[in-house]
Parts: sequence; structure tokens; C-alpha cells
Amino acid sequence: MIDFDPSTFGLAHTYQKEDKDEINTLALPSAPQVIYRTLNGPTQVNGGNKLTNFKHGTTTLGFVFKEGILLAVDSRASMGSFLSSEQVRKVIEINEYLLGTMAGGAADCQYWLAYLANHCRTYELKNGSKLSVAAASKFLQGILIGYRNSGLSMGCMIAGTDTTGQHLYYIDNDGMRLKGDIFSVGSGSTYAYGVLDNHYRYDLSLNEAVELGIRAIYHATHRDTASGGVVRVYHIHKDGWTKVHDGIDVVDLHYQFAQQKGLVGDGDEAKQRLF
Amino acid sequence: MYIPVNDMLKHFKQDAPAMANITHKSDQWSPYHDNSGTVLAVGIPGAVIVAGDTRLSNGYNILSRDATKLSQLTDKCVLATAGQYADFIALRKFLQQRLQLYEFQNEVQASTETVAHLLSRELYSRRFFPYYTFNLLAGLDENNHGVVYGYDAIGSYDQMTYGVQGSGQELVVAVLDNQLKGYNKINKTIPQTREEILDIILDCFSCAAERDIHTGDNVEILIITAAGTERIVKPLRKD
Repeated sequence: MIDFDPSTFGLAHTYQKEDKDEINTLALPSAPQVIYRTLNGPTQVNGGNKLTNFKHGTTTLGFVFKEGILLAVDSRASMGSFLSSEQVRKVIEINEYLLGTMAGGAADCQYWLAYLANHCRTYELKNGSKLSVAAASKFLQGILIGYRNSGLSMGCMIAGTDTTGQHLYYIDNDGMRLKGDIFSVGSGSTYAYGVLDNHYRYDLSLNEAVELGIRAIYHATHRDTASGGVVRVYHIHKDGWTKVHDGIDVVDLHYQFAQQKGLVGDGDEAKQRLF
Repeated sequence: MYIPVNDMLKHFKQDAPAMANITHKSDQWSPYHDNSGTVLAVGIPGAVIVAGDTRLSNGYNILSRDATKLSQLTDKCVLATAGQYADFIALRKFLQQRLQLYEFQNEVQASTETVAHLLSRELYSRRFFPYYTFNLLAGLDENNHGVVYGYDAIGSYDQMTYGVQGSGQELVVAVLDNQLKGYNKINKTIPQTREEILDIILDCFSCAAERDIHTGDNVEILIITAAGTERIVKPLRKD
């Protein structure tokens, strides 16, 4: 239920909220709990406004290094405890030079990142130059602050390239916007950070960075129930972005890493190198 | 003497914060009803097969044994919806009208991808009072290959090769994962022909009808190909 607080509209001095208004106001109906596809773990029911109870359960990560920015994501989406999809695309291609990652409410992320794409294109046509990553992320932040407390759930990273270089921003539904070098978002982020922080250096080569991203996501999917599916990897460089890997199954990765550790199984699970 | 529930709750709000969030749900009318049922769609090269049971229920009551959950929007695509029937009718009406307008303005029917995007936008336009519908949009793409788009209630969508929605979703989708993708199989024999897939779909509905009280009566199957649409109706358990 959306709680209508008159003070947020600057009317506090003229409007006294009376008790009888609570009975007489038409309360907006609240939708049944499990109807949204979320990139979440099982939602926790604390009563009250269940819409804002989402923990961004997923694993997405991004880091800046000397060759640009690497983004790696998993692909699991759940509705409650039911996996609605193992093949979700959590990196949204906003345009040829901007990428956005999704965490939280899938519909919110898809819609607002598409809205941002529209805005970027309109700006480019009107002004003859591309919108900078800082401005694009700020535009999105402005929208999300406007919808604060309304129940949107988004924890996304905006990464892209512009005339000043490659930049990575974290934006969430509370209106936070942070610029940084390493981010991981979602319930699996703690596991991903562990692997990332261990091996991250600014002067990684592209192959090392791709391997680091894949390993971090794999470890997160291995230990976090809300993450899984396949790993997708994107690389942002001065000419735009490239999709490095479209979908490596984490189960196959498990056997490849096990083989690299010298473990042997009964079958021939790790048939080929996956990356 | 009628004591408004809010007055009573005021006493609770200070003492036990955990109870403060309880609203008078039992008294409040809800606009949402789950009319349930199961729909599924499978896309193969050259065709797409959409199926839905025809039972309309409300809780433990069966309201109709003959209510279609499928709606052909253009020559090439079909909307299959599980959830609230009233919202399905409203959504179908909007889409039919909007697509008719598209056809008048553009002199060609909208492609499946366009319809998919339109549906997503319409669902998200009701982000804060959602359509209680779980949709599958199944159709032929520009190359006449079958594609399926699966949605949640507020419009997030993804392209997939097959999808299931509705009360029998958990029961059926695991079977399709095993049969159509070969998940958890060592010898993956993926069915290739339309007849094999139709058999699997009929089996899935029979199984769902056995174990889900909201699925049953009849299964209605539409097969969309470039040549046209074929409709098959098969009986299911009526209990």
C-alpha cells in the first residue's frame, strides 16, 4: 500500500491529517505478493509494505581496469522461491556505448533502462553529441528519486564510454549514485567481492580480467541460492562495448575449475575449455 | 457498536511494532481474483504451439469448463494468459484495438517483436495497480521461426523457446526442461518434430490435470505456422 504522506508535498502546514480520514480514504489495493519477477532470493514477509522488501538477490559485478570496464552477470530470476527463468539477460544494451546491469525488480530495470536509452538517443539527435556516462546515470538517478518510497526495486550499474574515458556508476532505487572502480550488486555480491578483491589489479590484461569476472560470478552462483544459470561477460572499451561471452553454464564451469584443481570425476563432464 | 478497526489498531501500534503493519485485510475488498489454469507455448523452427486448459475457477468453484485462455492477436501471434480472467479480457481488448489501429496506420500487421514490446509497455503502465495476468506471447518471427516471450505481471519479458504460466507452472515446466532441453539427462534426445512435441504437451496437461485442482476440463491447442492457424481441442479430467 502506498502511504500517502501529505508532508512530502509541502502541504504540512495547511493539512492536518485527521483520524477519520484513514477510514474514509480509498486505500489502493495491494497486489498479491508473488506476482513480480524479481532477480531476488525468496522475498521476506514482514507484513506491511511487501513491495519494498526486496533484497537484490542476484549477482552482477563490474570493475574498471586498464583496458576499460568488465561487466559479468549471472542469469537467474525468481518469483518467490520458484525459478521463473535461468536465462535472463541482466545486462541491458542501452546503446552502442552504454550498458546497464539489472538487479532487483526485472520489469523496473528493463523499463527504466529502456527509458534511459530513449533519452540518450533524443539527446544525441538534438545536441549532436553523445550523452556522457555521468549525465546518463544522473538522469536515471533523478527518475528514481522521484519514485522513492513507491516500491520500485532497482540496483543497477551504468557503465559506458564517453570522451573522458570509461566510467562505472552504481544507481539504486533509494536514489543513490556512486562512481567507483569495483562494484558487485546482489545477494551473491559478498562472494563475488571476496574473489574480486583477492585478484583485482588495475593493470589486468583483458583475458585475465575476463577470467576474474567469470570466476567471481561462478563462486557467487556456487554458494548463493539466488544466483545461477549462465555467466555473461561484456567488455567496455573506448570504441563501445563487446559481448565477450554470451552464456557459459556455471555447472560446466564447476567441472572445468575442478579439473584445473586436479580433481577427477567418474564421467567426462569437463569436455572442453569454456573460456 | 461498530468500532473501526483502525481505532483498535492504534493501541497496538505503539506497543508492538511487529503488529503495527497489520492492516484490516479481512475487511477490505480486493480487486484481484486468481482464476488460475495453465498455459504453455513452445516455439520450433517453422511453427509455434500454444496450449491452454479451458477451466475457469475461483477458489474451489469451477465457473466455466469452456473458457479460452488464448487470443490470436495477429495472423502470426497469440496471447496466452493465466491469472485473472477479467484482466485478461481487458488486456486482450486493449491489444486488439491498438493492433487494429497499427494495421490501419501502417498497412501491415505488427510483427511479433512489436507486439511483445507493446504488451510489456502496457503492463508496466499499470506498475502500481497491476494487471493480475501472467502472459505468454507466442508467435512467428520475421523468419517464421517460433518464438515465445514470457512475462511477469508488470511487464518484464524475455524471449525463450518455451514457457509455462499459471497454477500448473511448477509441475509442467520441470517436465519441459527435461524433455525439450534435456536437462539432467545424459543421453539428450531432443524431440524435433511437431508430432513429438504435441505428444509431450498433451502429456504435460494430463499430468497437470491430475495434480492441480485448477487445471482440467479441456486443453485447447493452437498451432501457428506461416500457412495459418490450426486448432485442436482435447478433453482432460473434469473432476
